[in-house]
Amino acid sequence: MNEVIGLVIIGIGVAFNLLGCIGLVRLPDVYNRLQASTKCVTLGTWSILLGTFLICGFTAIGMKAILCGVLIAFASPTAAHALARGAHKAGIKLWERSVCDKYEEDGK
Amino acid sequence: MNKLSLFVIALLTWLSLTWTLNYQDVLAGIAISLSITFLLGDIYVINPRKIFSPKRMFWFLYSLLVFSVYCIKANFIIAYRVLHPGLLISPGIVKVKTEMMSPLGRAFLANYITLTPGTLTVDIEGEYLYIHWIYVMTEDVERATGIIAGRFESILKRVFE
Amino acid sequence: MFQIFDLVLVACCLLCFYRIYHGPTAADRMVAIDILGILVVGFCAFCAITTGKDFCMNVALSWAVLSFVGTLTLAKYLEGKGFDE
Repeated sequence: MNEVIGLVIIGIGVAFNLLGCIGLVRLPDVYNRLQASTKCVTLGTWSILLGTFLICGFTAIGMKAILCGVLIAFASPTAAHALARGAHKAGIKLWERSVCDKYEEDGK
Repeated sequence: MNKLSLFVIALLTWLSLTWTLNYQDVLAGIAISLSITFLLGDIYVINPRKIFSPKRMFWFLYSLLVFSVYCIKANFIIAYRVLHPGLLISPGIVKVKTEMMSPLGRAFLANYITLTPGTLTVDIEGEYLYIHWIYVMTEDVERATGIIAGRFESILKRVFE
Repeated sequence: MFQIFDLVLVACCLLCFYRIYHGPTAADRMVAIDILGILVVGFCAFCAITTGKDFCMNVALSWAVLSFVGTLTLAKYLEGKGFDE
């Protein structure tokens, strides 16, 4: 029973990974791409690791999958934050149909 | 007390990483945890009264629950925006004021904001957070604070302050 | 079943490679490299399930850490400042 639930959760995670990568290709500028790909790929990888834990149970593989999930939960948003800040400081403009840019108005 | 809590956390991490109770593995874990404690004990300031209090732990688990609901919702919203042929976005960077004081609390707030619907933290400057919003509803600081940060701030204040 | 999942993840990697090849700015390429590093963790998890060996998850853990550190380094380089700040 656990194996079936695990396979379904892994399938959902892989689908979210694919959606995130489509967003990476389709959206217009760096910040939008960062949003779509970070959110969808993080949740997709969590789902894959949760499915691994459900299939393998309390073995070495399952516990390492849980620890890897915790690590990704800390690492992925921090990396996105650093990339967005670096891109803005490197002078990359927002998309031309953007509404407002308070960060540039404040002269940072 | 401070170093003891760091030692316990490091040993628990080691044991769940190897997942055996063979005496050689446990001895190696104790040696490595001791060396970590003496090398890094002064850098990581852990307040044991804060980290092991059941009330804060309960609110932390509650914030994780609220966060996971918003995270799943965010992914469906992003999937809809990506697959829609007309690209339903109007992005922009808005400014949000926070009242959190502790640095760890601010880091958690920024990470939660990054993984919830349509928002991405760009920078933290003093008490203001600059947030890239994929569909800007308002440019006003007060209203943006209510929409973006109000979801988590009241819960995270009970955990970290 | 896992062959299908592997093929879908390979398709994800191909989309990332498209962005690395065509990206108009350097930041786009860095975003694609960051995403590629997280996708590899999924491959390692599938490898661990199908073979039943637990060292595949060791590879996944260390790959996640190294990808995170590499992305931070690239972001600092993009910002154009020293590493001691």
